[in-house]
Order: sequence, then structure tokens, then C-alpha cells
Amino acid sequence: MTTKQTFLGVNVPKPRVAFFELSSCEGCQLQILNNEATLLDFLSMVEIVTFREGMTEKSDEYDVAFVEGCITRKDEEQRLLTIRKNAGLVVALGSCACFGGVNQLKNRFNDLNWVKKEVYGDHPIDTQEAKPISTLIDVDLEIYGCPIKKEEVEDIVVNLILGKSIDHPKYPVCMECKAKSNICLFDLGEPCLGPITRAGCDAWCPSSRLGCWGCRGPAPEANIKQLLHICNEREIPMERVMDRLECFGGFSESIEQLRRTEGR
Amino acid sequence: MKLSCDIDVKHLTRVEGHGNIKITIKNGKVQEARWEVVETPRFFEAMLVGKNFENAPYICGRICGICSIGHTLAAIRTVENGFGMKPSAQTAKLRLLLKHMETLQSHILHVYFLAAPDFLGVGSVLPLVKSHPDVVQRALRLKLLANDICDEVGGRRMHPTRTVVGGFTMLPDKYALGQFKSRLKNCLGDLVASAELFKTFVFPEFERETEFVALKGEGDYPFIDGDLISTDGICKAEYDYLTMTNEYMDEYSTSKLSKLSRKSFAVGALARFNNNYDFLEQTAKDIAEMLDLRPVNHNPFMNNVAQVVECVHVVLDSIRLIDELLGTEYGPERQEVTPKAGLGVGAVEVPRGILYHCLEFDAEGRIKRADCVIPTSQNHANIFHDIEDLARFCVEQGKTDKETELLAEMLVRAYDPCISCSVH
Repeated sequence: MTTKQTFLGVNVPKPRVAFFELSSCEGCQLQILNNEATLLDFLSMVEIVTFREGMTEKSDEYDVAFVEGCITRKDEEQRLLTIRKNAGLVVALGSCACFGGVNQLKNRFNDLNWVKKEVYGDHPIDTQEAKPISTLIDVDLEIYGCPIKKEEVEDIVVNLILGKSIDHPKYPVCMECKAKSNICLFDLGEPCLGPITRAGCDAWCPSSRLGCWGCRGPAPEANIKQLLHICNEREIPMERVMDRLECFGGFSESIEQLRRTEGR
Repeated sequence: MKLSCDIDVKHLTRVEGHGNIKITIKNGKVQEARWEVVETPRFFEAMLVGKNFENAPYICGRICGICSIGHTLAAIRTVENGFGMKPSAQTAKLRLLLKHMETLQSHILHVYFLAAPDFLGVGSVLPLVKSHPDVVQRALRLKLLANDICDEVGGRRMHPTRTVVGGFTMLPDKYALGQFKSRLKNCLGDLVASAELFKTFVFPEFERETEFVALKGEGDYPFIDGDLISTDGICKAEYDYLTMTNEYMDEYSTSKLSKLSRKSFAVGALARFNNNYDFLEQTAKDIAEMLDLRPVNHNPFMNNVAQVVECVHVVLDSIRLIDELLGTEYGPERQEVTPKAGLGVGAVEVPRGILYHCLEFDAEGRIKRADCVIPTSQNHANIFHDIEDLARFCVEQGKTDKETELLAEMLVRAYDPCISCSVH
């Protein structure tokens, strides 16, 4: 790390940062470029040495690796092991890297051959069950969301550089939504995972009157039973709740349990 | 004339997704020249099976980070066509405005951040922050405006939140729309400056006769709704999309490929320009003239220029749309949805070309079968054949290995490929 920049008169490091993508839409990396107003400030805090989507130069020497996407093929496992070896710190960027993301929806059929045939017919194609990157390597930090929220990434990177601790909120999205005085989605008859999903997005979707789909995974001590009770009371079909719970993979444990008890 | 070279680009940079370029020339003869797509497939068409229709726009948007709005709108159109619904005039206008701003955002990202560095002799936009600060600031200003409008209309610039089957969950604030109208008017100067920048770039004089496919304009430069046409004279209805796409697989690609009248065809800004030039706003036509772009143009590198021209068109059309929206009282934001068994097809012009979604539903609106045909997958075969021709062109022109490699990379980048999208 070079130490050319200062904060309150103290030298702070300028980490060498690399971005990588496995199976994903590459949207989280695009989000990095998406806060145009603060982009140049953000770029001045770090030294980006690898970012294939945006630059030709690359390097294997980096302090922090941001990895977007999940594992769905053998060659991705090899790439990920190399990244782990080269990087001081590995950050899982977005729901695909953290939980498998939408990609893990194909796992629910428990039949990869059917999945392959449905899309490619008899043409041979290589794939595995979609897995979060933490199933293969140690991950130092997870940044949740589909997509990630750039403001949150900016905060996390600043804290990282200053050596401050990085804590995710322990409360659910519902708290942020209430603080914004939004109309409750349940009152509009819409299912919402806000009461059980980890906060940090500032109730991004409910603020646009779209119920939360749980892309950030469960808040600590999420009370799923109570959520199901609320939905049941408001006659929201179980299918719509399950669609949201299983969409991004963050609630995979609860889903398995629910499938066993509900026989779904 | 150069005799031999061996070019092997693994995971081409400054494109979305993973693809390789391989060119081998021996004794002045092109031995092999190809474009390989090595992206991991994600199986969206399988993921959707068994899901209720309301999942389609939400999940399909995740096919692509750059054109998530286009995918969301295509899926919504598919469901609505399947259920026999017609969007209200207000919904149609808001969707088109949102679509235009995605086009602006995506084109600016491509022409400034991904394509321009090659013409300015650098590896990325980063060195330009110091050497060409006004250029970078201008690009960021334009992208910010497009994204801000997407936030207001779609709820979010990426993976939009307000766009649902039947309409919108929430309508944009009219005061904000008025503000955006002024910003759109003000950005025309930035677009003219962008055109002037592109005027200074030297485009390779490479042409290959190509069939271009796009939506057919009926009075307007088309983005949503219309028949499917090609410059070889084909015209089909939207629901007949399979006869326009004719997908097949080959050994070099995890993406499906397409063909129509010839061994390959092209979609995207240049294809739209070539098919629908007459419907462009006059100012956009003037900019095209200034940049020496006239229909039908067969130089794939000119897709960059066609994108600049389209930026001008979508900004002017967005000002018109906002005027119309501000001139009328808002009606209801969404209509009731009644599921129906059957098949829906939705074709939408997204930044990289014409996108098709097709969904088959049961009586309760659950998805029985899904098919998505992506613009970049339709372009892959054309890129492949362009690279073959470009390799021969480089031999004839006596280009060095480095020059040939750069030209091949620039050719692929000119298509603005969205490779993870194409494999989905």
C-alpha cells in the first residue's frame, strides 16, 4: 500500500484494489461507476489495478479483491482460489457472491440435467449448482444487495482505509422504512420481507412501493414465523411470500425448513 | 505485406462479460480468426419455470446489470401481451421515457468509458481524468442526468423497482419532471461536444456487407412496439420472432447464435439507424451528417457513432414526452391484471439491439416455458465473421501484430457486447 493521502493530518494508505466477476450480471461493478457525483473522489481514495469491465491494464498484486458473482463452473473455482492467494482482503460484492443470488433459483429443481436440457436441449453445456463464494474460500467482508448500494460501498471503503470497524446494521429494513414514514406495504395488500431482511439499503424498494424481496438476506434474529403469521392474517398467498424468500438465496435455510413443514 | 502473427486475447477487457479473440496468420494467409464466448451460463429460462408471472420482470431484469430496465420492460410487455392487456397512454409514455434514459446512460457509458480510450491511446478512462478532465466531467454529467431520471421514473437506475405488470407502483413527481426537462435541454450542448469529440477520432475504413435487423418504425424511431424488419427486406410480426432469430449452437460459444437471410446479421444502434433513419429527429440527422454516417452503413466501427446520434434523438424525444406528461392530469398508476393461459411475446429495442422475451402461461398465470433472445447473442455470429474479414483486411493493409490485435479488440467493443446477458 502507498501512503500519499492524509486524513486529519494523519497518513492513510491508498490500497491497491482489484475487481473480479464470476457468474453474475456484472451490475454490482457497474454500481461502482454509478455514483457520478462522487466517483472521482472515490477513485482518488484507492488505486484500481484490475477492473476488466472498465480497463485494459491488470495486475496480480492487490490488497483488496472485490468479487462479484457466484460459482457455477470449475474454472471459476480456480480463479477464485488464485484471487484468495493474491489478496490481503477478499470482499464478496452483492447477493450473488454472498448467497448465490438469483442464479441459485436453478438449484431448487434439484435436477441439473433437466435445467440444462430446458435451455440448451441436447447441446452439451458445463454447469454446477450455484454456490456463494464463501463455500470455497474464506471471505473477509460481505457487501449485500441486488444491486449493492454505492453509498454503502463508499462508507465501507472509507472505514477500511481508516482502519475503523465495519458493522452491518442488526435491525431489519422495516425500521428504515418506518423512519422514512413510508406507507406500509402490508396496508396496500403487498407482501414485504422488510420485517426480516437485514437493513442498510435505506428501504430502497419499499420507498418505491415495492415490497422487499429480501436481497440482503436475513437480519440477525429474523422472526420468519411472525412474518408468515402477518401474511396469513392479511390473506397474502404463501406462494408470493415463498417467491420472495427464495429469490436471492439469503433465506435458503428457512426455505428448506419451510418446504419440509409445508410440504412444498 | 506481413507474413505471420498469433493473437490470443483471453477475457477481452472493457466489455461486459467474458470473450476471447483468436487470430492466427501464417505466410500471409489467415489460418484462423474467431470470437469465442466463454461466459458461464446462468439458465434464466429454467429459473422462471413454475414461477408466477409477477416474478418475470423482477427476475429477468437480473439478466443484465447494464440493460436491466430493457429486460424488465421486455418481460412486462411479454406478460401483458400474453394476458391481452394494453398499457394506458400514460404508462406507455413513462416506459418510453425510462427506456430512453437507459439508452442514454448505456450509450454514454460505452462511447466514453469503453470505446473512447482506444481512440485516445489509453487503456481506460482513468488516465483521462488527468489528461482530458473536461471530457470525463462531460461524460459523468450526461450519465448522471440519465441515471437521475431513471431513479425518478423507474425507482432505481439498475434493477428498477416501480415497473410492474399493469403499469407503475408510483408515478414520478411532476415538479421533478419539470426540472429534468431543463437539464435535458441543457445537456444538448454536451451532446454536440460529444459529437465534436467523435469527429476527431479516426475510424478504420473497414466494411463488410451485413444484414441489419430492428423494430420497424411507424412514424416514430421505434423502441417499444412494432414489426420486425431487416435491411434484406424481411418483415415479420412480433409474435413470429423465432423466424427472425433462428438460434443454434456451435463449439466455440456458450451463447446461442442467430442467423437470418445470410450466415449472420447485426442488431443495435447501427441496425436501428440503418432501418429507421427517416424517423430520427432532424438534429440527430444533422449530427449523423456531421459525423459522416449515412444509411445503409456497413462499417461495424460506426456503431459507436450511431450511438452518439441516438443519444441526441432520445434526449429530444424525452423532452417531448415530459411536455406531454406535464400537459395532462395523471391517471391511475396501474391497471388490474387478470392472468390468462397462452403465449406472450415482447420485443423491445434495448441499447445493444432488439431483445425478445417469450413466456407461456397456465390459466393462473404461472410460467410453463420461457425463452429470451438477447441482442448480443444475435450479434455474436456477425462479430465472428467480421473478425475473419478484419484479419484479411489487416494482412492486406500490412498491419503489425499490435495494430491487428487492437483493431480486433476495437471491433468487438464497437458492438458494445453484453456477454453475460447473451449467455444468461
